[in-house]
Order: sequence, then C-alpha cells, then structure tokens
Amino acid sequence: MSKESSILSSIKKFFVILIRQTLMIFMVIVVIYPIYFMIVTSFKTKMDYVSNKLGLPEKFVLSNYITSFQGKSIVLWLTNSAIVTLGAVIISTFIAAMAAYSFSRMNFAGKEKVFNFIITLMVIPPVIMVIPLFIIMVKVRLVNTYFGAILVYSGLLIPFSIYLLRNFFVTIPQSIVDSALIDGCSKFKAFIKIILPLSKAALMTLIIVNTLWVWNELLIALIFLQKTELRTLMVGLTVFRGRFKIDQPVIMAGLFISSIPMILLYLFGQKAFIKGMVEGSLKGE
Amino acid sequence: MMNKKIKQNIEGYIYIIPALLVIIFIYFFPIIQNIRYSFLNLAQKGAPFVGLRNYRITFTDDLFFTSIKNNFTFFLLIPILVFVSLIFSVLIYEKIKGWKIYRSIVFLPYVLSITVVGIFFSFFFQGRGVLNTIFRNIGLDFLALNWLGSTKLALPTVMIVILWKEFGYGVVLFLARLMTIPEGLYDAADIDGANWSQKLWYVTIPQLATVIEFYVFLLLITMLSWVFNYIYVMTWGGPGHSTYVSEFYIYMMAFKQNSIGVSAVVAIILLVITGLLAMFSYRIRRRLYGEYE
Repeated sequence: MSKESSILSSIKKFFVILIRQTLMIFMVIVVIYPIYFMIVTSFKTKMDYVSNKLGLPEKFVLSNYITSFQGKSIVLWLTNSAIVTLGAVIISTFIAAMAAYSFSRMNFAGKEKVFNFIITLMVIPPVIMVIPLFIIMVKVRLVNTYFGAILVYSGLLIPFSIYLLRNFFVTIPQSIVDSALIDGCSKFKAFIKIILPLSKAALMTLIIVNTLWVWNELLIALIFLQKTELRTLMVGLTVFRGRFKIDQPVIMAGLFISSIPMILLYLFGQKAFIKGMVEGSLKGE
Repeated sequence: MMNKKIKQNIEGYIYIIPALLVIIFIYFFPIIQNIRYSFLNLAQKGAPFVGLRNYRITFTDDLFFTSIKNNFTFFLLIPILVFVSLIFSVLIYEKIKGWKIYRSIVFLPYVLSITVVGIFFSFFFQGRGVLNTIFRNIGLDFLALNWLGSTKLALPTVMIVILWKEFGYGVVLFLARLMTIPEGLYDAADIDGANWSQKLWYVTIPQLATVIEFYVFLLLITMLSWVFNYIYVMTWGGPGHSTYVSEFYIYMMAFKQNSIGVSAVVAIILLVITGLLAMFSYRIRRRLYGEYE
C-alpha cells in the first residue's frame, strides 16, 4: 500500500516537473528564436535566404556585415548614440546625485514636498512635453545639436535618478559623514569624497539602467536630432531598414550590430541591471 | 538661531537647484505651453487665439477616438502580462532546474530596443515572412495570414510583439519581491498541510499584491503613452489608420499636419489621464496598505 502510494507520488512528481520544464522550455524557445533567427540570417547570402528562410546558412558569409558598415552610416550612428547617451547619463547622474545628497543629508523647508513632487514626475510620459520642447529648442537653436538632445534626456532621467540615489544615500551611516565634517571637510567635499565612493553599487545600477534607456530611445532622437549627420542608431535603423528593404540579411546584421552593446552591458552588469529595474517598486512600500 | 535656519535652507536648496532648473525646463514649461497652445492657432501668423476650436477639432476627429480606443485595447494585455509574469516568476523562484539560465533569458527581450524588435517582427510577420513560412511548412496554410497588412489583425499582432518584449520585466519584478518573502510563511503553510496551489493562492499572491498593483499601474501608463515606438516602426498607424495610438496622433498632428494646437489638446488629455491613474493608484495603495505605512 505504502509502496504503491510512493510510486504514485513519484509519478505525479515526474509529471509536475515535466509540465513545468515544458512551460519553461516553451518560454525559452519563444524568447530565443527571434534572436537566433536574426543572428543566423545575418550570415546568409540574399539568395540563400530567399530559398532557405528557416535553415542554417548554406555557407556562412560576412558580406552582410561588410555591407552594413559600408558608407560609414552605422559607424556615424553608433558614435552619435554613444555621445548622446554618455552625455545624458553623466550630466543626469551628477545633477541627480547632488539633489539626492541634499534630500538625504540636509534639512530645509519643504524638503518632503519637493521630493515627493519630483518623484511623481517619473510617471509623466515624454510625449506630453516633446512638442513644446521642440518649439522652444528651435527658438534657442538647440534643435539638431547634441546638447539639446542631451538636455532633454537628462531632464527625463533626473526624477528616477534622484529617487534611486536618495534611497541609497539614506542607508549610509551619518557617523561616517560626521567624522569627515569634524575633520574640517566641507559638505561638498564630503559628498565627493565619502558619499559618492560609498555609493558605487547604486551609481553603477543607475548608470546601466539609464544607458539602456537613452541608447534604445526613439521618439526624442527622432525629433531633436533630425539632421542626417546627427542621427542616432535607433533613428538610423529605421532609415537602414528602408534602404535594404529587399536584402533582409543585411538588415538582420544591422539589427544585431545595434543590439550588441546593450546585450554585453546586460550580460556583464546583470545583477546591477536587474536591481535597478525593480528598484522603483520595492522601496517605499 | 534664525540665521542658522536660513543658512540651512539656502544650503539645502543650492544642491537641488540644478535639478530643479532642468525639471522646470523639461516638465513645467512644456506643460504650461501645451495649455497655451491648445487655445492658439500656431499655423497662422501671429498665432491668434482661437478659443476652443482645437478642442472641437479633436473631439470631432474620428482618428482621435480610434487612437484612444487602440490605447485602451492595449489594456487587454495587462491581465495577460500579469498572469504570464506570475507563472514564470513563481517557477523560477521555486528553483526549477536551470532557473539561473531561465532568469537570464527571460529578461533578454527587455534589453533589446523596441526599434530592433519592431523591425525584426515586421519582417517576421510579413506575408512571406518567417512565421508564415513555418505555418506553410507544417501544413497550416490557413494560418498564413497577412498579419500586419490587415486592418483586423495588425493591432493584435502589435500586441503580441508588446507581450514578447515586456513580459520579462514583470517576471524580474515579481521575482525580486518573492526573494524577500520570509521562509517562515511557507514553513507555517507546510505545517498546516497546504499544497502547492494553496500556498500560491494564500501565501505567494497576497505577498505579491503590492508589486502586482505597481506593475498594473506601470502597464496602464505604458499602454497609454509608451507605445509610440512599436507603431512608428511596425505599422506607421496603418493599415488604414487601424493602429493609430494617441502618441502617434500627437506626433502626426504636430509634425505632418502642422496642427500643434490639436497635438497640445491630446497631450493635455494624456496628462490628465496619467494624473488620474497616479492618484487612483495612490488611493488604492493607501486604502489597502495604509495600516502598514
């Protein structure tokens, strides 16, 4: 009797595991297949792709990558994306860190109100602001400049950045800061020399999350960097797609090239990355 | 004494002034301008005041209602996303064999840009694209449809792509919360003889309530005002305007139709809806969890 029931229960266990693994493997296939397809296709010739859409390449070729880089467009777009992303991330992180320092370490009238107000801005979608911003940027001649786009991106990144950094800064023991202040450190020096170095993990997380966001953003890049030589990678890709409409392997190569930087960032910074993505939800509960 | 307080205030504000200046420029100024523009005709010289004309144009434009309706249709994805995220997060949390690899893979679509994903899937769903080739190869010819080229199917197809792209975020979000559930809760349930589904229903889901609520709120805002990229890349609002969404409407009105007033009206409407959602979610949160705060 007991032997029978133990066999039954292990059969049941087996099926439970089977069902769960099937679900998981289904998920993996659904997620991976498009990425797999993109990569495999990028190594096919056009002829090969037309007659053999699904299979492996008849012969692995690099010609699509060579074509992608021809005319230097992709290099230019990559450079533009890198400049804008770097600029926006550095500026927003620094401005937000200063504000977060004040919100976490200083006392001033209206502190809570201002902070709560800033973090509610996180939910306001950029599309609401872009048209008036575009009009003013035209007037002050900042449209089609790196600085204009960097400014818009920085502004959009600041509320979340302040939120994340303040939540981290408050966990740093006041005694560490105090001892520095007693040693004659100014408050600003304590910020640079003590708070920032102690917050490396949080800063890392923030930088990764913000980098991903700016790099992948389309709407603002489309509106504020319209000139051909200022296009970012995302805007460039939409042009690229039109240019190689009938040569899909080249497009797949282009898509893959543009994704490599962020995939690498994800693989190397996975922990910091996921932490930052969920930060918004878990704190302050 | 008084002096010290003033000094403290000044010092505190000095550090936040750069942030405040940028915020005023990027958030406040445009929002106020939108309100102004909504009463002006910017296409005319001198931008004369036109009263409620832009509002009248917006509210008699079928395309505007189509756009809003499509945004609301995207809301149908929310329960699906919550459900799918819940299943996979719980399975990974229970340390199913290979969970570390699964956890890495599940988030991958979220790392790719919508532009990349959108371009890829517009080829994938083409008439002679990958999906239809697969269907034809396995004899399911009747499923080889014109996914993005039909007014009926284009919107659901875009929704499938959104689902593919976004579900990983929910999984990771839930997972992070699950990791913080005290083991003791499950031990207690074990002692009471609870089975797997009972534990899921009575322990896990209540513990996830706040995160689920946050996720739903986030998704509401996403579906309302963060889907421009998908439409811009995959359908350009077509075929036959069937996939217009409010953001795309704003973009087209401002940049292609030269009706900045109308785009300002729609921006205000979006802002109001977003604000209401935020307030509503805050209220619920207060009511449900107020006692713990």
